[in-house]
Amino acid sequence: MPNIRIIEPDKIIKAVARLCISANIHIGDDICEALHAAKANETSDLPRSVLDMLTKNAEIAKSENLPACQDTGMAVVFVSIGTKVHVGGNLTNAINEGVRRGYREGFFRNSVVLDPINRVNTGDNTPAVVHYDFVPGNQIKITVAPKGFGSENMGGIRMLNPSDGINGVEDFVIETVKNADANPCPPIIVGVGVGGTMEKAALISKQSLLREVGSEHPDLFWREVEWRLHSRINELNIGAAGFGGATTALAVHIATFPTHIAGLPVAVTVGCHATRHKTVII
Amino acid sequence: MNRRINTPFSEDIIRKLDAGDRVMLSGEIYTGRDAAHARMVELVCINEPLPFDVNGQVIYYTGPCPAPPGRVIGSVGPTTSTRMDVYSPTLIKAGLRVMVGKGLRSPAVMDAIQKYNGVYLAAVGGAGALLSLCVKKSELIAFEDLGTEAIYRLTVKDMPLVVACDCMGGNIYELRK
Repeated sequence: MPNIRIIEPDKIIKAVARLCISANIHIGDDICEALHAAKANETSDLPRSVLDMLTKNAEIAKSENLPACQDTGMAVVFVSIGTKVHVGGNLTNAINEGVRRGYREGFFRNSVVLDPINRVNTGDNTPAVVHYDFVPGNQIKITVAPKGFGSENMGGIRMLNPSDGINGVEDFVIETVKNADANPCPPIIVGVGVGGTMEKAALISKQSLLREVGSEHPDLFWREVEWRLHSRINELNIGAAGFGGATTALAVHIATFPTHIAGLPVAVTVGCHATRHKTVII
Repeated sequence: MNRRINTPFSEDIIRKLDAGDRVMLSGEIYTGRDAAHARMVELVCINEPLPFDVNGQVIYYTGPCPAPPGRVIGSVGPTTSTRMDVYSPTLIKAGLRVMVGKGLRSPAVMDAIQKYNGVYLAAVGGAGALLSLCVKKSELIAFEDLGTEAIYRLTVKDMPLVVACDCMGGNIYELRK
């Protein structure tokens, strides 16, 4: 096959293992900066001390090589495969082997049960939840985003009617965050998916958590919706750890997708202050 | 101001804790989360002894990471307490007095705390690396097959906590509303 690049599974395994370890130990600079800014913005003692603990926690994790949170999550993996790439072996198996290795070598918690009702731990944190996407080129881009369930449990989805409009979307986001209250380890990052089908809305809401905290939505309309939601969420006064305070959310990220003439799906994925993700291009 | 409190708690100490107080906890505590709670409540229901005497004791809702070489324990922050709400009143009735976790409690748990003079303390969710430095000793007590969800006895020193729900019905999550 001309111009087809072959990538050995071992390369994938090693890359995924490294990403799992790095993502769980190193909280992103964007989030650390947002936590410092939130601390500076607090006027009362309790929320300031909570935010102080969170920034210290991120530093300790880094210096002591410990995962920032004991919930090292279910590994969510986003893979963009170049159409000119061939993986010599089963790619999903390689990704799971990488997760297995990363969680073992990192001394991370195994948090996955095989059957959702019988609940026996798989003992190696597999399987990962893997999303594939095809792109032009001869590279593979892999993002590992370990998802803790304190925050994951607080997400929601609603199939709105087109007549509900932007007010319906915003009210659903606020309702979801209000119901989540202190449980998802605020200050949170709120990922919102609008449009598509039910599962597409959920997927893009999760992907929007990968966006850099502090970055702006490219579209003016949605940028203003993000600002408005961010300020409405902070007015809820849930605050860091839920003890009250000026910062309930570090960011609101909205992703959209074309949808059906009859529908307006909206999904919210809640990310905790340790929303973790690391990416590599092979 | 950070008040230092030590386990085992006297009834008197519990009565003096008010929602919103910041405390530093030292002494022996037990870990327990979803799966261990389900088993303990099952044991109470069939009148079998619990793996440790819960009388006056502290349960910390956590599933720690394994200890890397040279460490007592891995990251060990609190998990969401709300999931333990269905089990807690039974354990409080059986003698448990102090719960450590994060997030909201149900009205039934709040009632049990008031009736039996208990207290719910909140740790900062997501601060697992920092909290691991407070743990000086960790011993497996029961349910080894549950892995991270097994019951461990931890000896902690100056664990930073906030009184979330006190025995008079005070609730930090209501105070801010």
